Amino acid sequence: VAMAAPLVLHLLLALLLGSGGRSGAEPERDSLREELVLTPLPSGDVSATFQFRTRWDSELQLEGVSHYRLFPKVLGQLISKYSVQELHLSLTQGFWRTRFWGQPFLQAPAGAELWVWFQDSVVDVDKSWKELSNILSGIFCASLNFIDSTNTVTPTASFKPLGLANGTNHHFLRYAVLPREVVCTENLTPWKKLLPCSSKAGLSVLLKAERLFHTSYHSQAVHIRPVCRDAHCVSVSWELRQTLTVVFDAFTTGQGKKDWSLFRMFSRTITEACPLASQSHIYVDISRNSQENETLEVSPPPTSTYQAVVLGDRRTYAVYDLLNPATFSGSRSLNLQLRWKQFQDIGYIHYQPAQDRLRPHLLEMLIQLPANSVTKVSIQFERALLKWTEYTPDPNHGFYVSPSVLSALVPNLVGAKPANWEESPLFSTMFPVSDSSSYFVRLYTEPLLVNLPTPDFSMPYNVICLTCTVVAVCYGSFYNLLTRTFHLEEPKRSRLVRWLANIIRRIRGVPPV
Amino acid sequence: MAEGRMPERARLERPRGDRGDRERNQALAALTLDPGSLQPAPRLARRKTEKIRGKHAALCFATMAVMLGLPLWWKTTETYRAALPYSQIGHLDSMLLRLRVPVSVVFIQGSLPIVDQQKLPFTVVNERDVPLKCKMKLKCRFQLAYRMAGSHEEKAFKKDTIEEAEAALPLPKEDTLGSLNIFVIPEKSSLLPKDKMSYIGPKRTAFVRGTQVRQALTVMGQRILQVAQSMSLTDEVLAAALGDRLPEDKVSLDKRRPLKSSLGYEITFSLLNPDPKSHEVHWDIEGAVENYVQPFLSLLSVVGNFSMDSQILYYAMLGVTPRFDAASSSYTLAAYSLPHVINPVEARLGSRATSLYPVINFLLYVPERAHSPLYIQDKDGARVATNAFHSPRWGGIMVYNVDPSAYNTTKYPVKVDVDMVPVMEVFLSQMRLLFGIPPPQMPENFLLGDPPREGLRSWEVDRLVWARTVENVATVVTTLTSLAELLDKIGNIVIKDNVASEVYRAVDAIQEAVVELSAGNLELAFRYSREAVTSSEKAFFDPSLLHLLYFPDDQKFAIYIPLFLPMAVPIFLSMIKIIVENQKARKDIEKVD
Repeated sequence: VAMAAPLVLHLLLALLLGSGGRSGAEPERDSLREELVLTPLPSGDVSATFQFRTRWDSELQLEGVSHYRLFPKVLGQLISKYSVQELHLSLTQGFWRTRFWGQPFLQAPAGAELWVWFQDSVVDVDKSWKELSNILSGIFCASLNFIDSTNTVTPTASFKPLGLANGTNHHFLRYAVLPREVVCTENLTPWKKLLPCSSKAGLSVLLKAERLFHTSYHSQAVHIRPVCRDAHCVSVSWELRQTLTVVFDAFTTGQGKKDWSLFRMFSRTITEACPLASQSHIYVDISRNSQENETLEVSPPPTSTYQAVVLGDRRTYAVYDLLNPATFSGSRSLNLQLRWKQFQDIGYIHYQPAQDRLRPHLLEMLIQLPANSVTKVSIQFERALLKWTEYTPDPNHGFYVSPSVLSALVPNLVGAKPANWEESPLFSTMFPVSDSSSYFVRLYTEPLLVNLPTPDFSMPYNVICLTCTVVAVCYGSFYNLLTRTFHLEEPKRSRLVRWLANIIRRIRGVPPV
Repeated sequence: MAEGRMPERARLERPRGDRGDRERNQALAALTLDPGSLQPAPRLARRKTEKIRGKHAALCFATMAVMLGLPLWWKTTETYRAALPYSQIGHLDSMLLRLRVPVSVVFIQGSLPIVDQQKLPFTVVNERDVPLKCKMKLKCRFQLAYRMAGSHEEKAFKKDTIEEAEAALPLPKEDTLGSLNIFVIPEKSSLLPKDKMSYIGPKRTAFVRGTQVRQALTVMGQRILQVAQSMSLTDEVLAAALGDRLPEDKVSLDKRRPLKSSLGYEITFSLLNPDPKSHEVHWDIEGAVENYVQPFLSLLSVVGNFSMDSQILYYAMLGVTPRFDAASSSYTLAAYSLPHVINPVEARLGSRATSLYPVINFLLYVPERAHSPLYIQDKDGARVATNAFHSPRWGGIMVYNVDPSAYNTTKYPVKVDVDMVPVMEVFLSQMRLLFGIPPPQMPENFLLGDPPREGLRSWEVDRLVWARTVENVATVVTTLTSLAELLDKIGNIVIKDNVASEVYRAVDAIQEAVVELSAGNLELAFRYSREAVTSSEKAFFDPSLLHLLYFPDDQKFAIYIPLFLPMAVPIFLSMIKIIVENQKARKDIEKVD
């Protein structure tokens, strides 16, 4: 957009037509509901699930000129052009650990998952699927364009339509997963752009990329499906659900405490509701409060609570209605906080992250171990490719990670008198111990040998050179054999040689030369 | 010479016969056993035969390598290049493009002196050269077919006003795209106001005042030509079509505004509401599109397919903060800051996900309450009356200020109902500019008829189609010549059959278009030119052209050398040896001689 010029209008157009004076009395045909569920997980992490639901009371396919208000134009065009019945796309980083985190509301596989039901008017489903995935790849900046026949399946039993459907002929279903897809900011930005309030107001203010990707689990999804417009279900509405689930590691963000607040997790607070939303709620799971009598405290105090059986479990939620002005009455912004009353001491954790090629990781933990228990400390790491000059001459041997150290004060089984430090044998006074009821031990674990991925540095050229050499050697000897002339040379022997030969001949009984 | 060799040959025959191993061993044994009985002649002869055999083998290798190896290597590593019509493409560059405008000129009784009337009907051809910078030649040819009016037509001119007369005219036989009908009315006729010489109607019809002077036909010819030209191929039209192919003095920046020719266009109307907390804006875009835009575009449907949609974007801000003007207690956007307005907004507009046609954006911006009222200033600091501006090849933006009295309320958001009539007036005039249909500028003594309901005169559409056809032809010529040049220059590029067939199709279509243009069939010519554009673009942007482009020669040789060097060196060495020996032998023989 290079140049813009103020327009001096020549009002030559005689727009004699009466103004299309339909007033704005008709009810809005689309609505937006937004919701955030905050759940403290059994492991001490916190999960946050955003849901934005845009409902559009329109038969998308039937109209020639479409007019969009809250429903994003891009997706609307996509549905009408490719006659999509249902579309489910999720982009996920990390894996939902059900053992530690409990049941998720909606799990998604790591990487990208796309499944689409086409309408039965589509003739060439595969072609539409290919084009659709290409366009989605452009919209969400994801490599969905790598979806082709090699990774597409048509499930026959699983993946039934989630919305209204006339028939479930699985011929119109396509499903693909790209496990390698890495989800990052560039996928979040277009996802946020689809929200009517963008990231300017309401719950979407919290969607700050640098915090959302600093989590153990990040899953964003788009679900489009037709739903009933009302209870009679005579006409169809389109529903767009944008969901985003993140799991915050409360320990690392909260300096070893399980307490959390909106600001600590998202580094933002909510200042206003999205004025376009008809409903805007925050739910905080306080089920454990009721079980273990008042172990946690939420502030500000919720206006109401909500009880329901969710995923086979009775849960209690504290509800905050952002559209209710009372929510913001206390202060200008809402910074939801959760504090654990019974302070659970997990000691001291010091973690200094590594810098590539500068310094290693350092993780120190002070833990009080119960008797007869097993404590496992595990650290996740990723294998990465080094720069090719950084590989050692024997890269396949592996790379060493230095052993971890365990320093412990172990209680004595028998009581001991405090000994004179100077006079005791040397072997017993290596570590100074102030209290004689315990002794000091320092243990080391084995060093860890990690196999890093090693590239084959020169394979292709080696193969070429080797083959060519073999060919050249064969060819050379063949050539020599055929073109060289072999003939007898006149034996020109020196006297010494002849003398030696004669001796040998005499031994053999052959007449001498 | 021959005699000297003959006995040697004869002697050679025998040892060649018995070359069995056993015999040779016996001979060897005899040699070792009895050195005294050694005959030097047969040994020398055998050595010579061996040598000759080696020589033959080496020659055999060399011929095999040259006759079999080289062609095999050449064939297997060759890039497939289908034949292209290079010579025809070469001719395109310097072709003659003749634009023929068929004009039927009808003289009403009394518009000409009787002497001249008797010469009718006949046809006059007027041709005009348009200078171009490139080798292509362009000629505008107006073919004026003079005839007297028929009785039906005479009757129409009995009406009182010119509009009624026009409406009463029978439908002309040739009312095709690009053709013109000009009626010459008597000099004293009251249909035209006294100071006007001619009238140009909303259809393809124009009226010209006749004359009674001597040489009336010559005088009339000039007048008619002027009218015909301003209805079809004006300088503006050619400038819009040919752009930088015209000499510099003919092109001004203003003429480069229109959108590039394309098969279709996507039009998006967006309402930007940056402050939904204060404003609840409602616009009746459905009605506006139906009443104003669709009739307008239906006239333009010759030019391309149009698809429309609208959207509302919330929290979409402009890229610049408007300046507060204390005098009028309003906010202003200065002309120099307008280019920065669009970019941040464009990120929100949404990509054209489902088609490859160019998108034209029309934005209606309702400024946030803190910045309203907002006015756009032009370069001189004056307020722009329409409060709108447009950006060439992108679209237009209009600022819609909320009536300040609406803020006298405690209930927010304020309901705002957009009055679509002024908005659509602005958008439609912007659309005319974007498509390259500027408001016609006529000489003083021309009377311009009001446009029809839809807002476009038929001959304005014709002018656009003329421009688009010429533009298409010029584009195709450029595309094809540069493609041919590129393919000719870089031998690595694979030319697949489908690319070649697209090129052939484009060449055929462009030739057809040129033929139709010179025959005056604008519609057909336009269709062919579009076909040519599609085919040539498809060929030019075919991904298969890039497949082998990134194999530079040095890397190829790095692969070849380990094989070719050890193979070629022995052959070369033995060839050199054979040549040297031959020369030596010749010298010896010369010495003997």
